[in-house]
Order: sequence, then structure tokens, then C-alpha cells
Amino acid sequence: MMNIIWFIMIIVGMAVAVLTQNTHVINDAVIKNTQEAVVFAIGLTGIMAVWLGLMNIAEKSGLIKKIGRIMSPFIRLLYPEIPKDHPAISSIVMNMVANMFGAGNSATALGLKTMEELQRMNHHKNTASNAMCMFLVINMSSIQLIPLSVLKIRADAGSLDATEIIGTSLVATAVSTIVGIVACKLLERKY
Amino acid sequence: MIEFLKFLSIMIIPILITIILIHGMIKKINMYEAFVEGAAQGFQTSIRIMPYLIAIFLAIGIFKDSGALNLFTKILAPITKVLRIPSEILPLAIMRPISGSGSLGIVKDLVTTYGPDSFIGRLSCTMMGSAETIFYTMAVYFGAVGIKRGRHTLPAALISHIAAIFASVWVCRWIFS
Repeated sequence: MMNIIWFIMIIVGMAVAVLTQNTHVINDAVIKNTQEAVVFAIGLTGIMAVWLGLMNIAEKSGLIKKIGRIMSPFIRLLYPEIPKDHPAISSIVMNMVANMFGAGNSATALGLKTMEELQRMNHHKNTASNAMCMFLVINMSSIQLIPLSVLKIRADAGSLDATEIIGTSLVATAVSTIVGIVACKLLERKY
Repeated sequence: MIEFLKFLSIMIIPILITIILIHGMIKKINMYEAFVEGAAQGFQTSIRIMPYLIAIFLAIGIFKDSGALNLFTKILAPITKVLRIPSEILPLAIMRPISGSGSLGIVKDLVTTYGPDSFIGRLSCTMMGSAETIFYTMAVYFGAVGIKRGRHTLPAALISHIAAIFASVWVCRWIFS
């Protein structure tokens, strides 16, 4: 599916650029965006290293197991195939916490750690497991409690109450997360 | 409550780090060594995701900068009109799953044009806070572990995103008017 979407995005973009005689933007877009990707990946290296280092401490000290044990009843509802004592549980929880509080790249680092744990128990290495799909869908439906960047934009624009959108965001994100979970559970049998 | 949540948002990373380190100290493990050992893996991961990032940034960049995204928005406009989604918000609804910085730019634009306390201003902020960038997240997370077939991830994520759009419009109409 990504294959088709990737192809369509590029080809349609090219076609529109040619039709609107805007082909010079393609060249700029190629240079600018690929550079951005590399800068982003390198920037992520530092924070990745920090969290993987901290997670290694937590693993060796037994903290990961502890969090996993406390959270496993809740996690098992969403991810029935993850065994009770698996380290994936605590990295799922920590990623969720980081996401909720808008920790940005720290959340990404913890999320990638989760994917590695899930991949270890995945039987078909190039196909996503049910747990991986569920994890990503919950992740992408965003459960952020305080959207700080949005609040900043509102405050900068002189809003009388910049925080008034927190409540509406929470309702909207709760709806989208629940819909995502249900869709995931229904679709996992079909694919 | 909100002040407390704001405080937590700023404090969450220090809190997590402190808990991990204190727990490690109590259990008397060699934390310095464990940290360095774990950190070494960080480099492999970021190198592994780099080609996926380049691929997805390339496609997004061409799609956006060529004007294809705007065209796509225009094509969808009649449909969303029937669904009672304000047309001003449409570019954001379409941009949100594609690019985080791009959609933040649109929110900034809408907020300055219509005012932060207008319906469009509030709706755009609600929508921004209730959705995520789908394509990039999928590329990075699946790329990091070498998943080629994402199965139902994209359809489920898109359904969830559409739910976020409708929920945002509905909750803003309900609360703010």
C-alpha cells in the first residue's frame, strides 16, 4: 500500500508541476526535503541514544519488568498476544506517557524501542503483527494532553484564552483513538 | 487542572529520568556502563530509518510543493461541503496526516487570518491537537524494524483520522457556539 501511495504522490506531484509550468519547484523540493530527512535522522540519533541508554539501565535494574507487571492487565486488553512479562509492555507504557505529555522525539525513541521488542516476537519478519498495527494506530491517533505548540500559536496571536482548546482536543482525540482501536480490531481479521 | 497538566508536560522527561536513575542506584547496577551500552544502539536505529525518511520526505515534498495538495483540496471541497465541514479547514484536514510542520504552518495561518478565538481558529487548533502525522510515523516505525507489509495499519489510521476531523467539527460546534 505504501508502495502505491508513494508512487502516486510523486507522479501526481510531477504531473501537476508540469501542467502548471512549475517544474523548477520539483528540483528545489528534492534537494530541500532529502536534506531535511537526513538532518532529522541525525538529530534523532542523540535523543535515541539517550533513551536507549536509559532503557538499558531500567532493564538491568528490573524497572522495566516492574512497570510491565503493573500495566499488563490493561495492555493485554489491547495487545492480547503480548506475554505477561514481556519488556514490550513497559516500552509501550513509557511511549504512551511521553506521547501524552508531548515529549516529541523522546516519544519517538521509546516508540522505536517498542517496535524492536514487538519485532522480536513477530513470526513473519517483513509483515506487521497485530500488536504492531495496534501500537501504531493508537500512536498516530495522538493522545496528547497539552498541545504545547498549538497553545503557543494561540498565545502569540493574542487569544483571550489560549487553553480553551485543550478540552475540545481531548474529546476529539478520545473519539479518534477509540474509532482507531475498533477499526484495528475489526480489520485485523481481514488483512 | 490545566496548570498542573502544563507543569507535568514540562516535567515529564526529568521525572522519568529521575525514576530510572534512582531505581538503578537502589538496585546497585553499573548505570554508566549500562547507559553507554544502550546508547550505542541509537546510532544503528537512526541510520536504519534514514532511507525511509528520505523516501517519505521526498514524496511529501514533491506532492506539497508542486501544488498537487492544493488541487486535491479543491477536488474534495464539494464533498466536505455536504458533510458540513467548513471549507477553510480542509487544507489542514488533508495536510495533518501528511506533514506535521506543514500542518502547524496552516494552523498558524488560519489563526492569524481568522483570529485565535474565532470558530475557524478554535477548530483548527482542536484538529491540530487531536491528530498525528500518519505517513511519516508509519515510514519511520516500520522502516526501523524492516516491516514491508503494514497490513491494516494505514486504513485503520485513516479511519481514525477521519473520525478526528468529524469529532473536532462536532465538539467545536457543541462547545463554542
